[in-house]
Amino acid sequence: MIRFVIERFFGMFVTMFFVSIMVFIIMELPPGDYADRYAFRKFSGTGVTVTESDLDNIRAELGLDRPAYQRYFSWIGGILFRFDFGDAFAYETSVNNVLGQRLGLTLAILFSTLIITYLVAIPVGIYAAVHRHSAADYGLTIFSYLGLALPNFLLALILLYISVKYLGSSVGGLFSAEYQDAPWSIAKFVDLLKHLMVPAIVLAWSATAFQIQTVRATMSDEINKLSVTAARARGIPERRLLFKYPARLAINPVVSTMGFDVNRIFSELPIVALVLGLAELGELLIQSYLDLDMFVAGAILLLLTFIIVFMNFLSDIALSFLDPRIKLKG
Amino acid sequence: MMEWNVDTNEKEMGMATAVSNNKLLEVTDLGVTFKTDEGLVRAVDGISFTAHKGKTLGIVGESGSGKSVTAQSIMRLLPNSAMIDEDSSIAFYRDSGPIEITSLDNRSQKMRELRGGDIAMIFQEPMSSFSPVYTIGNQIMEAILQHRNVSKQEAREIAIDMLDKVGIANPAVRVDQYPFELSGGMRQRAMIAVALSTRPSLLIADEPTTALDVTIQAQILELMRGLKDEFDMSIIFITHDLGVIAQVAQEIVVMYLGKAMERGTAKDVLGNPQHPYTVSLLGAIPKLGTLGGRLTPVGGDIPSPLQRPSGCPFHTRCKQKIEGVCDVDPPGITRVSDTHTVYCYLYE
Repeated sequence: MIRFVIERFFGMFVTMFFVSIMVFIIMELPPGDYADRYAFRKFSGTGVTVTESDLDNIRAELGLDRPAYQRYFSWIGGILFRFDFGDAFAYETSVNNVLGQRLGLTLAILFSTLIITYLVAIPVGIYAAVHRHSAADYGLTIFSYLGLALPNFLLALILLYISVKYLGSSVGGLFSAEYQDAPWSIAKFVDLLKHLMVPAIVLAWSATAFQIQTVRATMSDEINKLSVTAARARGIPERRLLFKYPARLAINPVVSTMGFDVNRIFSELPIVALVLGLAELGELLIQSYLDLDMFVAGAILLLLTFIIVFMNFLSDIALSFLDPRIKLKG
Repeated sequence: MMEWNVDTNEKEMGMATAVSNNKLLEVTDLGVTFKTDEGLVRAVDGISFTAHKGKTLGIVGESGSGKSVTAQSIMRLLPNSAMIDEDSSIAFYRDSGPIEITSLDNRSQKMRELRGGDIAMIFQEPMSSFSPVYTIGNQIMEAILQHRNVSKQEAREIAIDMLDKVGIANPAVRVDQYPFELSGGMRQRAMIAVALSTRPSLLIADEPTTALDVTIQAQILELMRGLKDEFDMSIIFITHDLGVIAQVAQEIVVMYLGKAMERGTAKDVLGNPQHPYTVSLLGAIPKLGTLGGRLTPVGGDIPSPLQRPSGCPFHTRCKQKIEGVCDVDPPGITRVSDTHTVYCYLYE
């Protein structure tokens, strides 16, 4: 078991190494670099003629004149040894400063979304499978198809309206104005949860709808397994045997697609964040590409993929606990 | 002749119960109907039989004859779409008195005590009757802890002891293994260990050897025979294989489309078969020493349960069918001897 975890852990680093190379290539792909952008911004409309040697000077100043592999190693080295993601040119500060709060918000939304999704989808899916073809089951099915069909931004607007109008919370951001700079307290935490609630529910809605169907389908299969009948024939109480046998395997596909859920949340987040006025990473990613601010873009891509790879690692470990048939080999 | 009423191994000799004979389970007029999308399916149509203490009752029939549904009715493991007739009776005779199983609630405490406690069951597919995600020991101990008042440690010792009793080598190691680490034959042995770990008085074996190859099959039958005496229990042995039934059963019920065609001691049914169906089934079995002769299969196919033939259900395939009689009204049950009854017009 320990060996399995270590192997998977090591595998995660190998994956991240290749990911970092790909991210770096993606960073290099757009035509031009920040030097062009910088010169354009600074001198456009001033009548100054920018020569190629001016551009080279800017490049040298920004460290963009070195060959690609050198830049790769200094970039990745900075991240590994100093946790320094480089300079955010457009903001004239470090990437770490730019990302700081946005990363925190993105992670907070991500994890609250995942928690809501699993807390709702797993028990509801199991309930629907156990009470198959009942009114509750049909109701839940309709609800979950609605959840899949409703566009996120519409739901975001509706929930935003409700939360402002009836719950009296402020729009956008992580905290209300009075808590913005206040030290951590219970009240501040509650305020944070209030603000997280809307984006998390919006994002969890479709994921929950999808996972309810997954859990319901696997649970329905598992319930009819002979091993469940055999346990019933041993006189085990119905509820206990449902949780012990079929439910344990019914959450298998949910656990194994944890990485996919993260991926989906990341791709849906920017639209929702735009509607709700949240400063998260997706919007920054688009902006940094427009600015050719490549270290910001690279840092975001790297962090997002790292989270996905890490969630996959967690789901591998969780799966091997859930199902001993999964071979404990790397 | 088998003796029906001689009590050789009554569990509690001193118990003077209201039941003077040695009945353990008495099924009377059991009828089961399934609601399906295509309509009602009559899977069991009024069958009666009795399992006696210390004896093995064989229920034999083709697939679709209702033998497994009969077993599931006794255990109350039928799916929700199945209904047991109002006037059916399944009486289980505990030492403390009879219990009417059909009137118990499916999920009641009493039904759960019976299930696995008094009546245990093993299934056709040893491959899938264990959950793959728990160890063998976990699943044996689960049954023990459910029905016997012992500690976890004691339950584990009982589990190891049971694995040893069913002939699994290295039981102390096997107890912590997962089902997929055991072969099919070993898994069926382990299933028997689960079933017997609670010391039931009745074991229902639903085609326990069908999925196993012939040598393993013989070992399992031998094992079950030995354990039946050691644990002083009765067995209801369900199979489609008359060869197997001949080895294990003292009493036999031959089922066809939910009806008992013939009932009697093994000697009655196998040695002196009366019903044309039993006769043709026996004609389809190869015999050593009579090489060369062709086997005679039972002609025709088993009718769809959705369209049950009127009258005697076997008349569509019967060579001795009496036109205008067999296909009109169902026959009555005729006594051939004290122990032997047949459901056929030929003997009325």
